[in-house]
Amino acid sequence: MDKFTPFESQFVTLPIDNIDTDQIIPARFLKTITKAGLDDQLFYDWRYDAAGTPKPDFVLNRPESRGRRILLAGDNFGCGSSREHAPWALTQYGFRAVISTSFADIFRQNALKNSLLPVVVPRDVHAWLFANPEAGVSVDLATQALILPDGRRVKFPVEPFAKHCLLEGVDELGYILAQEAAIAAYEAARPLSVNTRA
Amino acid sequence: MKPRTIVEKIWDNHVVAENPGAPTLIYIDLHLVHEVTSPQAFSGLRERGLKVRRPDLTFGTVDHSIPTTPRSLPIVDQVAAAQVKQLEANCEEFGIPYFGLHSEHQGIVHVIGPEQGLTQPGMTLVCGDSHTATHGAFGALAFGIGTSQVEHVLASQCLLQAKSKTFQVKVDGALGAGVGAKDIILALIAKIGIGGGTGCVFEYTGAAIRGLSMEERMTVCNMSIEGGARAGLIAPDDTTYSFLHGRPFAPKGEKWEEALKLWKQLPTDEGAVYDRTVTIDAAALEPMVTFGTNPGMGMPISGAVPDPSSMTDPLERESLAKALRYMDLQPGKPLEGHAVNVVFIGSCTNSRISDLRSAAAVLKGRHVAPGVRTMVVPGSQEIKRQAEAEGLDRIFRDAGAEWREAGCSMCIAMNGDQLQPGEYSVSTSNRNFEGRQGKGGRTFLASPLTAAASAVVGAVTDVRKLLRG
Repeated sequence: MDKFTPFESQFVTLPIDNIDTDQIIPARFLKTITKAGLDDQLFYDWRYDAAGTPKPDFVLNRPESRGRRILLAGDNFGCGSSREHAPWALTQYGFRAVISTSFADIFRQNALKNSLLPVVVPRDVHAWLFANPEAGVSVDLATQALILPDGRRVKFPVEPFAKHCLLEGVDELGYILAQEAAIAAYEAARPLSVNTRA
Repeated sequence: MKPRTIVEKIWDNHVVAENPGAPTLIYIDLHLVHEVTSPQAFSGLRERGLKVRRPDLTFGTVDHSIPTTPRSLPIVDQVAAAQVKQLEANCEEFGIPYFGLHSEHQGIVHVIGPEQGLTQPGMTLVCGDSHTATHGAFGALAFGIGTSQVEHVLASQCLLQAKSKTFQVKVDGALGAGVGAKDIILALIAKIGIGGGTGCVFEYTGAAIRGLSMEERMTVCNMSIEGGARAGLIAPDDTTYSFLHGRPFAPKGEKWEEALKLWKQLPTDEGAVYDRTVTIDAAALEPMVTFGTNPGMGMPISGAVPDPSSMTDPLERESLAKALRYMDLQPGKPLEGHAVNVVFIGSCTNSRISDLRSAAAVLKGRHVAPGVRTMVVPGSQEIKRQAEAEGLDRIFRDAGAEWREAGCSMCIAMNGDQLQPGEYSVSTSNRNFEGRQGKGGRTFLASPLTAAASAVVGAVTDVRKLLRG
């Protein structure tokens, strides 16, 4: 994983609450056995018509959206299915952060494991961003701040460990495997357990 | 000792390591694996040269992308066929037991775990699937994870987790005729909203929950995620133990007695404090049906579609308006009597034997309305055999319904079973998201009773009226 560095970008707006992961990437694209090639399937059913032609009025198809690295969405973003294909598709498209007033638990965890930063902002900031869709903002993970064009710094929460992993560009598995002694000790003391190979 | 909830007890029993600056490392007792969310995790293991740490605590099956046509037919979709083959190859390579497509025990992952007795009280259980909370019906802490975490558990049998808040859902009173487990959970989600349980684990308590069978408890816990909670559980009791006893992977003999002692310590202590509680009066519930494009957009069958203009928050208003545009529904009108094209009875929410019996009770001696496609999809091959032994398949076929092979089917529309654009379904599944049952398809979520009654009438129906005659 690359280190998560500060960046500045305008944002793409989706002013809809409860955007579920079936919208982010429909289930029929989950038959793949790799992570590759999902960028075209992002928001597929909102983005393309029945013939597969881009719908010109959908925000991702507008020329000005190209190259923007922040998605601004309604409340409870990423609810529903646990598919990690959702953050894979978002990052492959080029997004590095999603701003909302809240995120569904599984999506938030999946996003953090893929260098996609879920940024929770207060409702007034959220409303201000929607009202200023051409604004550019900076995202600084180290100080956990979203920096608005007027210089206002809006702090956002991030779990310390996830932040560490993002900033250092390391994943969690290395840390987990380094706990081998504790895992082995736990296993030695476990009471009853099921044996799927019995 | 401070009184604890069942969730806190299970958590405390599974702490492997707590280091400053990191979330708690917890041990996972059972990891269920299916074809859709695991291939990239197995690839990750190979890239790092890792093994599956505990194949004996791991189990695989195929359910999402498989057709529900007769098993003698090949999988027509070559991409799906490759995915199924990949799971089988991964299980072979890493020594993980699995029920393949042609196993007589194959079924939906959340159906076969309990059916085989793999799911047990007090466990931590994960699967790369958000409906893993189903297993919470047994008093297990069960939740869905992403593919990265699937890889973590395969490699280490552990997960890094932050402790969730505890959220008591107390369902008092007695359910009326024609009202069941599905109506309880749809009513809860309509009440708290689909983000209402974010950051929480639900514990379902109260007389109405105690009165439910294990199958019904699974229906309730299954949709915890639709209320935003990753997990939802019900403390084990005699209903749990008698369901489990004698199942293939349940403890036997002395081990059963030993397990029982441990399980009986699990229920929440008197005086334990929940972070949040909501109460639902079961006696006041009606059959529920959803009108919108998320499971929180639900209402009693006698209700009317809400009006976006009555909402003050602009985003909420636009979200509801968008949902009604997609569903092509008018505010202020009832759903009862709305024509439907398809009725789907199945999914990890409602494909168990008691669900099929409910549907059959309505369909017996009746026929589905002309032009309505009715699909009945058992949750597992064992349920299919059980239903056939009871003659339920005959009732379904005689009523004009399709009787299919086990799988996720039209709940997820990635396996050939799907709605056509514009079609309406009454579905016993768990999600009515846009396109969930097929691109452009429109879903009304409801119970098996409501679904069967709607099949007979050809429109969204109050089952209580149909049964009264």
